[in-house]
Amino acid sequence: MTSLPIDQMIDTENGLISREIFVSPEFHKQELEKLFTRAWLFVGHESQIAKPGDFFVSRMGDASVILCRDAQSKVHVFLNSCRHRGMKICRYEQGNTSLFVCPYHSWSYTTDGKLQGVPMFRALYDGTLDRSQWPLIEVPKLQIYKSTVWASWDPEAPDLLAYLGDAADHLDQVLDCRDGRPGGSEVIGVQKWILPSNWKFAAENFLGDTYHNPSHRSVDMIGIGPSGQKGHRRDNEYAKGQHVWIGFPAGHGVHSVHMPEQFDYQPGYAQYPEVEEYFRHAFHERQRRQGAKARIMPFTGNLFPNTSYHGRQPRGLCVWHPHSPTETEAWRFFLVDADAPAVVKDVLRRFYMRYSGPAGMTEQDDMENWLYATESSKGTIARRYPFNYQMSMGAYKVDDPVPGFVSTQITDQTPRNYYRVYARYMKGEAWDSLLGRDLAPLRQAAE
Amino acid sequence: MKKDLAYYELKQEIEEFLYQEADLLDARDFKNWLDLLAEDLVYFMPIRRNVKFGEHGERENTRQGEGISWFDEDKWTVTKRVEQILTGVHYAEEPLSRVAHLVTNVRLVDVRPSVEAPIEVTVSSRFLVHQNRVEYENHTFIGRRTDTLRRNGDSWLIARRELILEQNVLLAKNLSILF
Ligand code: FES
Ligand SMILES: [Fe+2]
Repeated sequence: MTSLPIDQMIDTENGLISREIFVSPEFHKQELEKLFTRAWLFVGHESQIAKPGDFFVSRMGDASVILCRDAQSKVHVFLNSCRHRGMKICRYEQGNTSLFVCPYHSWSYTTDGKLQGVPMFRALYDGTLDRSQWPLIEVPKLQIYKSTVWASWDPEAPDLLAYLGDAADHLDQVLDCRDGRPGGSEVIGVQKWILPSNWKFAAENFLGDTYHNPSHRSVDMIGIGPSGQKGHRRDNEYAKGQHVWIGFPAGHGVHSVHMPEQFDYQPGYAQYPEVEEYFRHAFHERQRRQGAKARIMPFTGNLFPNTSYHGRQPRGLCVWHPHSPTETEAWRFFLVDADAPAVVKDVLRRFYMRYSGPAGMTEQDDMENWLYATESSKGTIARRYPFNYQMSMGAYKVDDPVPGFVSTQITDQTPRNYYRVYARYMKGEAWDSLLGRDLAPLRQAAE
Repeated sequence: MKKDLAYYELKQEIEEFLYQEADLLDARDFKNWLDLLAEDLVYFMPIRRNVKFGEHGERENTRQGEGISWFDEDKWTVTKRVEQILTGVHYAEEPLSRVAHLVTNVRLVDVRPSVEAPIEVTVSSRFLVHQNRVEYENHTFIGRRTDTLRRNGDSWLIARRELILEQNVLLAKNLSILF
């Protein structure tokens, strides 16, 4: 089966996608080689490495990497593997150091990646080893956007903002302060856990699979939102807004709400007056600062290929690291405004924990679905039958009312768009194609 | 603490209580289990991190009351967890998992005001919680537990439960069961 051309496995015209890409070891291998070595991947947040010498061990695809701030405050991402015999040089999750000393034969590296110490260098390597040629392996591309650190293994990768394209307007609503000041978020914790499912189920969920809402009926029934009322798992901040599901030419997808020109504050956080006050104030400030841009209110999104977000309730970034076709390591980074009052941070973190992650009453049901969808697609017979992605065929507009392929109904357009781009990576196409420069003719004509 | 007869009598009583509590959970008698929780309950399971030698006290466990843990919650939230299971459509626990709570290494580490007239007791134990789900899913959660129990008539209320799970990356997809 896997020898079929990728265009037959991924038929976005007819909305048919082979189960092979979710279960086959061959596809998994090709994803690691062709996709995770090129796409921009989220590796961490500057708040996790605030001071010189601070490091945070992260992942890119199947690789452990070290995100670190060197003695001169420059940020680096290194492969977490010694140049000598490959030992994982850092097995602490986070900390501060002036040297990474390899536990195996004690080669040591400075925080800017240079190989500094080689035991018995004179006696054993004199004239042979040029230490300057053996630094830690560093990503060729690293960019920081509103404190989030991104990296790519492809020296030809385009600028991060070109890669994010118009999806950045939605990501901004995650990363900006609630009162509209640019950036200013901090990570208050990271959860890591193992999902026995293909990573793309999780990514797709965040592309805007609002269709799966019925699977969250239990948590809606009991009500775990910040206002504590039954019937909801969140506050409804979006009354009167137009829900939009948007695909972007480079493969990203979001579910946001486009608010009317005039829209009023919707009170939330009814159980916590001080927090309600914070968000009410922030709402008006945000409108004042951002103007028309404040009309975008984010729900969820997935930045191609595997960085997902929740925009407001809860708020954070998640990364789906593939371990195998049927196993994923999930990392969830929880965000708050760094300068929010303690009482606000406390209410938010408690809500985040009861909503998201493996102990989250909402996400537990997602994990159950992803596991058994993967599990029951593994069989020989199952693999003969494609998944159905035919919802809302053709029902979208280009750049109306906001940039992108915009649907105002729940749609498989966003995943169809995602897998079209995915197929391009799997065929090893050039960056113009990966960015979907051919896919947005209307927009180019308008410019 | 003096290991006299009074100590062992109290220890026996506390062990009985913990085993009965485990029975309620394993029998899925969640509502009666909730009645064993004090109104001011703290239910806390930190995330454990890989840190350098010497930093364990300071940094190994996330802390109650700040940042993100696995659980850091109150009775309202734990009650919501029970309500959710009882909806019958909480798919992560529908069909219900088969769970066995093993409680062992029970020790009283503090009794207030006295072993003879105890009002609050701090109990240390180890847990092994085994979850089997649907057909092939098996998860084993092993760790240390520190409970603060409060006298309630001839029984006890759990006022605080701290669960130190001996894992870093959580190896189970969900923490959908009660500990
Ligand atoms: S593997 Fe690191 S020094 Fe040998
Ligand atoms: Fe979901």
